[in-house]
Amino acid sequence: MINRECGVFKTTYQADMALYTVPLARITVWAFLAFFVFVLPFVVDTQRLVWANLVGIHLIAALGLNILVGLCGQISVGHAAFMAVGGYTAAIMSSRADMPFWIGLVAGGVFASVYGLLVGLPSVRIKGFYLAFATLAAQFITEWTITHVKWIGGGFQSSIIVPRPSLGPLTIDTEREKYFLILALVIVAVVAALNIARSRLGRAFVAIRDRDVAAELIGVDIARYKLLAFMISSFYAGVAGALWVYYLGNANIEAFRIVESIAFLAMIIIGGLGSVLGTIYGTAFVVLLPFILEEILQTFKGVIPVSDIHSFVAHLRFAVYGGLIVLFLMVEPEGLNRLWRNVKDYFRVWPFPY
Amino acid sequence: MALKIAKVLWAALALSLLTTLAIACQAEEEKATPAARTPVAAQTPVTKEPVKVGFMYDATGATQLIGPPYKAGFEDAIKLINKKGGVEGHPIEVIFCEHGYEVPKGVECYERMKAEGVVIINTYGTPITQALVERCVADKIVCNHPGYGIAAAANGEKFPYNFPTAASYWSQGGAAVQFVLEQWQKAGKPGKPKIAYLYYDNPAGREPLDVLRAIAQREGLEIREFAVPAPGVEMSAQVTDIVQRFKADWVITHLFGRSPSVSIKAFKDAGFPLDRVISLVWGSADADVIAAGGWSVAEGYYGLQFTAIGTDHPVLNEIRQMYRAEGQSPPKVMEESNVYYMRGVAQAFLWAEAIRQALGLAGEPVTGEKMKRGMENIKGDIAGLVRLELSPRDHEGGGYLQVWQAKGGKWVLAKDWFRGYRDIVESLVYK
Repeated sequence: MINRECGVFKTTYQADMALYTVPLARITVWAFLAFFVFVLPFVVDTQRLVWANLVGIHLIAALGLNILVGLCGQISVGHAAFMAVGGYTAAIMSSRADMPFWIGLVAGGVFASVYGLLVGLPSVRIKGFYLAFATLAAQFITEWTITHVKWIGGGFQSSIIVPRPSLGPLTIDTEREKYFLILALVIVAVVAALNIARSRLGRAFVAIRDRDVAAELIGVDIARYKLLAFMISSFYAGVAGALWVYYLGNANIEAFRIVESIAFLAMIIIGGLGSVLGTIYGTAFVVLLPFILEEILQTFKGVIPVSDIHSFVAHLRFAVYGGLIVLFLMVEPEGLNRLWRNVKDYFRVWPFPY
Repeated sequence: MALKIAKVLWAALALSLLTTLAIACQAEEEKATPAARTPVAAQTPVTKEPVKVGFMYDATGATQLIGPPYKAGFEDAIKLINKKGGVEGHPIEVIFCEHGYEVPKGVECYERMKAEGVVIINTYGTPITQALVERCVADKIVCNHPGYGIAAAANGEKFPYNFPTAASYWSQGGAAVQFVLEQWQKAGKPGKPKIAYLYYDNPAGREPLDVLRAIAQREGLEIREFAVPAPGVEMSAQVTDIVQRFKADWVITHLFGRSPSVSIKAFKDAGFPLDRVISLVWGSADADVIAAGGWSVAEGYYGLQFTAIGTDHPVLNEIRQMYRAEGQSPPKVMEESNVYYMRGVAQAFLWAEAIRQALGLAGEPVTGEKMKRGMENIKGDIAGLVRLELSPRDHEGGGYLQVWQAKGGKWVLAKDWFRGYRDIVESLVYK
């Protein structure tokens, strides 16, 4: 309903190549951006800002996984391990070498992408379930290494305490300051992901995803692009991991467990594979749903006749969460993004049926 | 067929929506008559502002067997304290939050509690505790995490707002070796025992290693380490190794979740006497014994405790009376999961005592900063449940432990409050 391209004529190549060709869509994007920069952080309380920050950090990692799984068609169940690599790299650099946080962020990303390259090597030869297991192994090896190698994992309980990040004289310590840092990185990550998808690189990824043999025949260097997909995806994860560490002020392996890796897969599948907008929906859905459900259920706590209301709500939250995921996937297997597109398509030709 | 399934699903969905609607309507009615809801407060005249505290726990995640009884004990004890007039006239109001052992939810819980104005929070779970260290300091809210979190937080100068308030894994390791050596002497055996340390191969399981190695070096002991990989339900190889090849005299175990019960069974099957096995605090609950096949199997097994246990404790009798006075029967979890229930009870009394100290030291109103001073002023036994000697420097509380033994169908106290190799433990804490 927003994007009615009726009456929009492109007269230059530049206009044709724009990220958003329809004026209304462009305005919407800017309006959303303005909302997130000027409105949201000033009207909500800290608790809601925490929600926003958690979505932001997870979104960066999920965008990376989306490039690997959604665009390039490879599978990874070790995404949290790349986050851990980025996170611990940043933690070590900041706590032991006194590096400023932005170096830690970049180093986390770079180091994770090198690690991603190594883990991605089997993808040159193997596909599908076999690759899934290779990445699963990466997850376990990473966890084991961080737990057992004291130099990496730090002394106590495999955790490293990280000093507050600061930008020149400004120390980033309130929730709102963290929000702006995360928002800035999210914007960069989203714009980069959108552009990767429509570049030569992205088209090569899609070609490999759709049919690797055909892609090879038309001249796509499969090995190179698969590894590139792994590297880009791990770079995103590494930055997200480093951000997570700076956000909490502490790196701890228990935050990068296999369940996290699976949660990231859930985010991109629920949102819609291969779509940046879908990844945003999916991440918001997976991260926020437990919080929102809890709030809704807590308001009914006087009327549900059970003795331990808090535990009951906790279990119910899980049941509803699972149920909603199944429901959404049944209604539209291609994810929330497709659901939204269906709505848009309906209004686009309205009042005609097609 | 598919059509039928879809129909059933839609029907189920419609039904659940209807139920939600019904509940919602009821909630509206409930809101209209708010006076009908507070039976406890009606009995005790509330004279002063309530002190708000936060309690996180876990009913769905990694430690879902520990969270609910722990929380039940805490909740019952707070109810009892409030019924008896609260702390100096202040009732204690608890904000509960279940986080499923997930860091994001834990951070969200923390912020919700902060918005409510709590002065102390139980930051349940090691990863969550670690993720909140910085926030506790920034917001000046006392974060209490007895028995988990960070052992190094015992150093109150480095971690001003974190209170582990229970013997850390380091203290437990020291005390376990001390106990083993005492038993060895008591039995009149010559030389020194060969000790096997069987641990769950995760950060928490590896934590006592430093202490054990330092003790072994000083005492000239042979302490060999045996790791059990996750998920810790298969350890027959390690146990065979300990019993037949290493021929250990004593075993110290440090396992979590399902694995303590597996270890009890494995040692029993290997013919190793269980009265020469001592477990650190997370492997010495009733559930571990029952899952291992019952009290007759575990007869003799020792367990360290940082909170007194037992079903006939005077505080428990008061809680039972409170339930009976309301015409309800006391919760079964009190007996069924006594160890974790008691930890919750002890924590409630600890907090009440800290509030009392805070009021005595700095007066009204209770704030996080005053609460910290109140906690640091606690010295001695609390309600006969824990022994703590806290100070601005020592946030662990001295690291006192008890040893209980499985004997004749219940836990029997084998050694009252003691500690071992304090100097080695402290050298690590204040490193």
